Amino acid sequence: MTMSPHVILRVVSKVLIPFIVVFGFYVHFHGEYSPGGGFQAGVILASAVILYALIFGVDAARRAVPPAVVRVGFALGAMLYAGVGFATLLLGGDFLDYDVLHPDLSHHTGQHMGIILIEIGVLVTVTCVMIAIFYAFAGRTPEISEEDW
Amino acid sequence: MVELLADRFNYAVIIVLMMVGLYAVIASANLVKRLVGLTIFQTSVFLLYITIGKVFGGEPPILPGDVAHGYHAEDHFSHAVYSNPLPHVLILTAIVVGVATLAMGLALVVRIREAYGTIEDVEISDADYSSEVERGA
Amino acid sequence: MDASFLPAALAAHAPVLGVVVPLFMAAVLVAVPNGRFAWGVVLASTVFALFIAFELVAQTRLSGVVSYQLGGWAPPHGIEFRIDELNSVIVLLIGAMGVLSAIFALPSVADEISPGKRGLFYAAFLVCFSGLNGVALTGDAFNLFVFLEISSLGTYALVAMGHQNDRQALTASFNYLVMGTIGATFFVIGVGFLYMATGTLNMADIARIVVDMPGNRVVEIAFAFILVGVGLKAALFPLHLWLPSAYSFAPNFVTVFLATTATKVAFYVIIRFMFDVFDPQSAFVMMSLTWVVMPLAIAGMILASAQAIFQTDARRLLAYSSVAQVGYMMLGLGMGTAIGVSAGVLHLLNHALMKGALFMALGAFAYSYGVRRISDFRGLGQALPGVAAAFTIGALSLIGVPFTVGFVSKFYLVQAALANGWWWAVAAIVFSSVLAVFYVYRILVVMWVHPAPEGRERIRPVPLMILVPLWILVAANIYFGVHADFMVDLANAAAQAAINAEAGS
Repeated sequence: MTMSPHVILRVVSKVLIPFIVVFGFYVHFHGEYSPGGGFQAGVILASAVILYALIFGVDAARRAVPPAVVRVGFALGAMLYAGVGFATLLLGGDFLDYDVLHPDLSHHTGQHMGIILIEIGVLVTVTCVMIAIFYAFAGRTPEISEEDW
Repeated sequence: MVELLADRFNYAVIIVLMMVGLYAVIASANLVKRLVGLTIFQTSVFLLYITIGKVFGGEPPILPGDVAHGYHAEDHFSHAVYSNPLPHVLILTAIVVGVATLAMGLALVVRIREAYGTIEDVEISDADYSSEVERGA
Repeated sequence: MDASFLPAALAAHAPVLGVVVPLFMAAVLVAVPNGRFAWGVVLASTVFALFIAFELVAQTRLSGVVSYQLGGWAPPHGIEFRIDELNSVIVLLIGAMGVLSAIFALPSVADEISPGKRGLFYAAFLVCFSGLNGVALTGDAFNLFVFLEISSLGTYALVAMGHQNDRQALTASFNYLVMGTIGATFFVIGVGFLYMATGTLNMADIARIVVDMPGNRVVEIAFAFILVGVGLKAALFPLHLWLPSAYSFAPNFVTVFLATTATKVAFYVIIRFMFDVFDPQSAFVMMSLTWVVMPLAIAGMILASAQAIFQTDARRLLAYSSVAQVGYMMLGLGMGTAIGVSAGVLHLLNHALMKGALFMALGAFAYSYGVRRISDFRGLGQALPGVAAAFTIGALSLIGVPFTVGFVSKFYLVQAALANGWWWAVAAIVFSSVLAVFYVYRILVVMWVHPAPEGRERIRPVPLMILVPLWILVAANIYFGVHADFMVDLANAAAQAAINAEAGS
């Protein structure tokens, strides 16, 4: 690696990004018992990608997380959410009535399954939407050259 | 008077924020500043909801770990005072709506800037007016 | 359920499917943005929603109120979709107009939107469509706000897509966004105050509690905020400033759909809150009906009609006319009686029929000759006699000539006004109709009498996909003008549902 003027920024963010991602997943999966959930976790995950884009350039981020994947991702998240609803309908319940997902009613297993599934949908959608918004705006200005910042 | 304000401190802040936001929306000619005003205005409403949900002396509506795993929430909460969680949930949704609106508005501002070369209201109207005159002539 | 013609499994979940299926399809379109495929999906979703709407109308005819609980949580704690004869009519209107404008969309969108954008454009339309359905179906006040914003966000994007014709669509959309968001936020403030006063968000539950708190300041403030907020969305004079630009710069297809549904749905929300959620017998609501809604309605009818006379752009002219028509509907509400509300709902349905036909005809002119300004309409009567005739019939309906739907709803409005002894309201209706004659006359004369300019080339013929929905609407204008019973029945039932709901529950 040549001596770039941003060695510290790059090294620090390379170390930080995995932790941000892990923290995002923590907030997501612990969201069932404590404050957190798909919305917050999605924003945290997206912030990891956005940090990467800020430090290494939008083009590098686009190679790592292609815009096409992002677009399909936010559609899939919404479809997963609605799909859980359709599944509950097919199983004979009302829309999003998670109880029918699992026969074990005394432990609310169906509720757990339902909430985790739709939260995954929310997570995917929020992450992808946030990245998509960032790409849409960042793609409009020319990349700042190495010397300028 | 002081006591009146102190009792309703939150509401006073909310009203001030609301007016600041609305004023910025109406009075500023810069489209981005208008969106900033809009966001302040919306934020004041978020605060209003959160204030509604607050119960004085109440604890956060979160199950302690042991209770959460044991499914005996009723035992725990039957004698506990806790803040109303519903407004928080509502506001989470409202924040998402607000973010979507803001993103949409900013996207429009970017396109306006590309089409007109400015984001000042007056200059945009001037440009529209002169193109209208050209078309009419 | 004898009246049901959908399979029982579908019929039982009809309320939620009408919202979720279009929304799901919108997500599919985002994943697979292909113009032709997207159009097919849009048509299929709107047809599906129309079937659902028929089903709901049938169910509410049979049993009065249909309640659907989401997630198995019983209302008032869970979110409820609550359909009575008032909102089933609105859902029917959205579904029918969705199908007709979806047919119209294929040639019109191909003309106005660049190929790469069409998939996402249709996705935005489906988001808007499902949002409007959601507003009409939900029985939860906060849920209503969320659906209102879902539909509005779709609408802003759709309006902005007109920028491929004219960059002013961008500023029109931006202004609409700012005003629409202020309106929605006012609505949320109102809902917050209601929640403060009643501790519930379920509209039927609020209605039950609010009756027992006459003179409660918090409830009154909530009412004011909600009226102003939804009034902004419904383009209630003088909160209509976003409407003319949005309608005149949006793509034709979007204008057709918005003019016939979006403001109508907001108007439905006003009816729902004024007569169902709040107690129309209470002094405060009564007073604001008489001293705020009625004067503004009359001012809107007259001033917006007068403004329409001076427009040079045909769609802008019709947009101002739309503001005036909202005035007629509000006048019906302002009377505060069952026949007044019924006349308002009737005019809402009929106005959708006439404005749909008129905007589609303008879309055909734009498609075939690329003209938008009234002065460019010279000789179109000879060039496109079929479309021009359709436009003329729609325009006559707008004035309120006998044997058209416009006459029927004005007749019922006048009747309702006379029942209240409001002769000045009758005078205002007549005067506003005279103004309508002026602005319609301007277009018709240019179209039929003035000779075509030299050297104007027809870009292409008007395709069947535009003519068929156009003539369906025109035929409806005449058919329901002669056989008014069906529409009047729907409107009466809707008004009964609105007025009696709070007494019954």
